[in-house]
Amino acid sequence: MQEIIQDSSLTLEEQESTHAEHGHPDHRMFGIVLFLIAESMIFIGLFSAFLLYRSTISVWPPEGTPPLELLLPGINSVILISSSFVINRGQAAIRKNDLGGLRFWFGLTALMGIVFLAGQMYEYFHLEFGLRTNLFASCFYVLTGFHGLHVTFGLLLILVVFFGSFKPNRFDSENHFLIEAAELYWHFVDVVWIILFGLVYLLH
Amino acid sequence: MTTPVEILNVTPSSHHKERKWQDYFTFNTDHKVIGIQYLVTSFLFYFIGGFFAELMRTELATPDPDFISPEFYNQALTLHGTIMIFLWIVPAGAGFANYLIPLMIGAEDMAFPRLNAIAFWMTPPAGILLLSSLFFGAPQAGWTSYPPLSLVSGQWGQELWILSLLIGGTSSILGSINFITTMLKMRTPGMSINQMPLFCWAMLSASALILLSTPALAAALILLSFDLIAGTNFFNPTGGGDPIVYQHLFWFYSHPAVYIMILPFFGAISDVIPVHARKPIFGYRAIAYSSLAISFLGLIVWAHHMYTSGTPGWLRLFFMATTMLIAVPTGIKVFSWCATLWGGKISLNTPMLFAIGFVSSFVIGGITGVMLASVPLDIHVHDTYFVVAHFHYVLFGGSVLGLFAGFYHWFPKITGKMIYEPMGRLHFALTFIGLNLTFMPMHELGLLGMNRRVALYDVQFQPLNQLSTLGAYVMAVSTVPLVIAVFWSLFKGEKAGDNPWNALTLEWQTSSPPPIINFEHTPVVKTGPYDYGYHPDAKLEDPLAEAQSL
Repeated sequence: MQEIIQDSSLTLEEQESTHAEHGHPDHRMFGIVLFLIAESMIFIGLFSAFLLYRSTISVWPPEGTPPLELLLPGINSVILISSSFVINRGQAAIRKNDLGGLRFWFGLTALMGIVFLAGQMYEYFHLEFGLRTNLFASCFYVLTGFHGLHVTFGLLLILVVFFGSFKPNRFDSENHFLIEAAELYWHFVDVVWIILFGLVYLLH
Repeated sequence: MTTPVEILNVTPSSHHKERKWQDYFTFNTDHKVIGIQYLVTSFLFYFIGGFFAELMRTELATPDPDFISPEFYNQALTLHGTIMIFLWIVPAGAGFANYLIPLMIGAEDMAFPRLNAIAFWMTPPAGILLLSSLFFGAPQAGWTSYPPLSLVSGQWGQELWILSLLIGGTSSILGSINFITTMLKMRTPGMSINQMPLFCWAMLSASALILLSTPALAAALILLSFDLIAGTNFFNPTGGGDPIVYQHLFWFYSHPAVYIMILPFFGAISDVIPVHARKPIFGYRAIAYSSLAISFLGLIVWAHHMYTSGTPGWLRLFFMATTMLIAVPTGIKVFSWCATLWGGKISLNTPMLFAIGFVSSFVIGGITGVMLASVPLDIHVHDTYFVVAHFHYVLFGGSVLGLFAGFYHWFPKITGKMIYEPMGRLHFALTFIGLNLTFMPMHELGLLGMNRRVALYDVQFQPLNQLSTLGAYVMAVSTVPLVIAVFWSLFKGEKAGDNPWNALTLEWQTSSPPPIINFEHTPVVKTGPYDYGYHPDAKLEDPLAEAQSL
């Protein structure tokens, strides 16, 4: 019963490690990919709503919307995008059983994520419009806020990995599903931000 | 002597564990328990949703609002639609999928058993939240809850409706992740994807749709929540918003939702018909791939619900064309089922009766679907009872009859008892008469211009409405033989044996009900799932034993 053969033609490019205790092939990464497809459809839905407003409402953004500051969000974007490369180093480290490297790179990613969220909060408190000012303002807060929630969740995952790495035998070069999942999730959050930044800030 | 360490190593799905009745009320990770939990929960909601329908039909027996208040009528229609879709047909499909997929592909369980249990345990809270809205002023804006109507009719009831749908939607996304992974990754050795039973193909297509479209509903509901609670104006035109955006997002989910509700039962029918007609399925690949085609086309037809929402002409033309195109893969299926029946050794037992009833009523719903796809006719009958007739022929005549066909077909497998046939047939007869009596007159009412979703109507429509109400009562009565058949069979039914139908798919090659580990030995696929008539009867009896002796 344990020998479940995989259909090689259908295997995504993924690392299928094996549950030590059950001997089953590990399909969790495949599940995570499916989950992220669903997640991205929520963002696609929200982005489509934004684009529909942008294309159908005659004056966009509505009159009286103060222009968005680009410097801080620009720096924020650079931080978030580079953190994707940083987290990748952490994953490379655990493949070589380098726990110290894992902690360093994941710690650094977490720090960059915290800086990003802090920058976002700073922007929220210094903007001249609120959630209800007009349709653009509502879109701005809901889109960035929903993305911010995802950053927060990704950050929590990274912290779980970071603190988990201090437990003996929690991760090694064979057994690190959570690390890969956290990395993939972080890349996802990053890609969403790039699109969001283009739509909301640059197309403004 | 065994050491304590070895005892600890025994995995939760221990091979020698016995099934206890308490398991069905707990967070159990066995797919068979979860499947039954889904089915029982959804049947409960079928009765609740049906109760609201009976209230509405009773009200509509007379033109005046004299039985229930118009407000309560609105609430009843909203709850009826929402319950029947999100708490009856969708979870019932998930129930069949949970129970059958691992058995059909020869797997031990689903890919993610705990996630599976989480997905189920989101369903009862979703239902309770929805029903609790009755105490806070239930939503009145229909299951579509178009803004701005949904923004002005009872804030808290509407918000509960949103929360309930968000929970239910998350549950079905988690379920679909499980179904897809299980089917693609955990088939037994030797079973290629083109040897999966057709129910699996149908669930694969439906799961892909759930995964891609349900999140769009979540997006719409999140924005609607902001409008309701935080006072934004995404969908409120008086504040600069645009209700059409909601309609786009909503229908991007809710049209595929129709396929999410019917595809599993297309699959069930494709499994029921060859077994009870003792013939190989006609066009296995045609049926399998047409499910995928329906899924794909289903994603690009949503705006046919919005012909009267100011949709520009070129866009209407596009959506009209894609919608009509869906008739092609659907037609392929219908012809394949008919060709399978043709010349078969048909036994007219309860599953087969429901299957044939399914094909005939679904064709009516399909044809009116093509009619409604055409822009000029749709503009004429938009929001009339013609539309109500159409989707009830699809969802009741289609999904629900298919559901019952599958229910009676797999009942012996799930319970180990044969169903009490005469009661099953009576259930079919009453259901079939009741559904046609209820929904057929609605076609004419719609063409005559009777609006849907209004408690009162013009006196000239009364005779047809009374006919329809009579039909609704027949359907209410039809649930009595269903309940009797189920309980009588459970307690007094004769033992079913492993394979009462002499079927070839893998779920019949284990005991009824299956042991916790599903199969004592890894099942080996020797024949195609529908190779009836290709083998001498001796092989038909037990292909598994035959396979193992080799």
